[in-house]
Amino acid sequence: MITFENVTKRYPEAGGRSAGSTLSGTTAVDSLNLNIEAESFTVFVGPSGCGKTTSMRMINRMITPTSGVITVNGKNIAESDAVKLRRGIGYVIQSAGLLPHRTVVDNVATVPVLRGTSRRAARTAALGVLERVGLDPAFADRYPAQLSGGQQQRVGVARALAADPPILLMDEPFSAVDPVVREDLQTEMLRLQAELKKTIVFVTHDIDEAVRLGDRIAVFGTGGRLQQYDRPEVVLSSPATDFVASFVGRDRGYRGLSFRSADAVPVHDIDTSPVEKLDGLRLEQGQWVLVVTADRAPLGWIDVTGVEGIRAGRSVQESTAAGGSLFTVGGDLRQALDAAISSPSGIGVAVDESGAVVGSLDGSEILEHLAAQRRAEDEARNEHHFGSL
Amino acid sequence: MRWLVDNFDVVLDLTKTHLYLSLVPLLIGLAIAVPVGTLVRNVSWIRRITLTVASIAFTIPSLALFVTIPAILGTRILDEINVVIALAVYSTALLIRVVPEALDSVPFAVVDSAQAMGYTSLRRAIGVELPLALPVLVAGIRVVAVTNISLVSVGSVIGIGGLGQLFTQGYQRDYPDQIVAGIISIVFLALIFDAALYLLGRRLTPWTRIGTSAGKKRARA
Repeated sequence: MITFENVTKRYPEAGGRSAGSTLSGTTAVDSLNLNIEAESFTVFVGPSGCGKTTSMRMINRMITPTSGVITVNGKNIAESDAVKLRRGIGYVIQSAGLLPHRTVVDNVATVPVLRGTSRRAARTAALGVLERVGLDPAFADRYPAQLSGGQQQRVGVARALAADPPILLMDEPFSAVDPVVREDLQTEMLRLQAELKKTIVFVTHDIDEAVRLGDRIAVFGTGGRLQQYDRPEVVLSSPATDFVASFVGRDRGYRGLSFRSADAVPVHDIDTSPVEKLDGLRLEQGQWVLVVTADRAPLGWIDVTGVEGIRAGRSVQESTAAGGSLFTVGGDLRQALDAAISSPSGIGVAVDESGAVVGSLDGSEILEHLAAQRRAEDEARNEHHFGSL
Repeated sequence: MRWLVDNFDVVLDLTKTHLYLSLVPLLIGLAIAVPVGTLVRNVSWIRRITLTVASIAFTIPSLALFVTIPAILGTRILDEINVVIALAVYSTALLIRVVPEALDSVPFAVVDSAQAMGYTSLRRAIGVELPLALPVLVAGIRVVAVTNISLVSVGSVIGIGGLGQLFTQGYQRDYPDQIVAGIISIVFLALIFDAALYLLGRRLTPWTRIGTSAGKKRARA
């Protein structure tokens, strides 16, 4: 467990020495009080300059607070040896901060070697850690510069995990990679956390990333003040301050849907046609049919104009409209609604785990379902308040 | 050329002396400048003073230094040690500027994350900062090495051995062949030494070259 008690970090005015006055200068973190539970995934989120990184770096004493106390497992870290403390806390930064002159395996073995493990034993163990984060051990003897950004980031995570520290600090680790790779890395991180149960403090400016990864979100505002510290669904549904409301943005209602299950939304039959039988289709004006492969994987939507195009000898790709996002059975309301509204036909496509089409979703039914869920919640709340009457 | 071929043994002997007189000061300079340069780097006012003193030291003419050292240290005027000490002063003066600059070239993120992983300052300096500073450091060392090779020849004016003696003797005997032999030998020595340092630098920093070739390999895969 990590606690912040009245922690403040103030930097003196740049350039000039402030004459005794402690009030001048910039306040990076303003009397922060925070309890981070063991084995939780806590995300510090906020705009740049809000003190989120400063707060995180105070945990491993990379930054010393101006006042206040930080404890790790009940021990005041100011009284512990900084070097020893750091060797017990994993650290991952943006673009990984790998040692460019050491091979991948030696990078991963760094902290165990610093702690006194023999280089050979540390290397052997490092190979196992590489596999755990989803990296081919064939990369072991390469230098970091030979890896892609996403691979470097995985090595960064492997290096932080190598000494099996109970705490992991991650400073915007995935912000320098492209969105597809970022999503992969986030999924990987959630998988690792489910398996390893570390106490993770993760810094990001991306509210979507925060909502996706965190058990708890700490929203920091300008001036280094903590605005709200709660579960992500609570931050989205009831922002504590105007700042939080504006920071989580106009899409917060939509984002909040990702915490609601879509299991009760009905999945209807869907008109599909195999690719090879498109020219035989008889469609009415305004009717859409989903084109599928032999494995029933969706290819795109076709209407009467498209069918005419096929008959005129145009390719399938030219004649169909690209499909929208797909809803995988078992997903949440956000995915379900997005599938419906991103589809050119207005019909959401539901697929199973293997990617085969299983049916269709109706946008208005999804909204009705949301309203029903809300009504049930209201009733449950009223029951709770007035149940004794 | 004829003279150089006929007297190859003599030239080889002088070359050995010349190499010794330029190499030892370089090593002494490194032994002083690396630790001192590392220590002064982070304290800006000490760093400024050190650089000023080094710059002043380098402006002292070499001949003046060769002849005043015996007076200051009580060594004999024709002792080779005078040249070694004088060139060690120059080497240190040049390198003490190079070392902090080389360390500055190491990316902050790497040093920062090394510290966050639990490196002690000493271990970080030896294991992370100095190796990563090598490309800039080696470039500086090459300049100092070539400077030393040219400065050693000045020592022959006060009777110290080395290839510079081919100049003084050739001039006294009005024998251009010998002077030409001296020029060729010194240029050759400087080029060989510079190339050797360049190759050593490459050898010590394999990670600096790997990026591009690996990029090609990845693109092919």
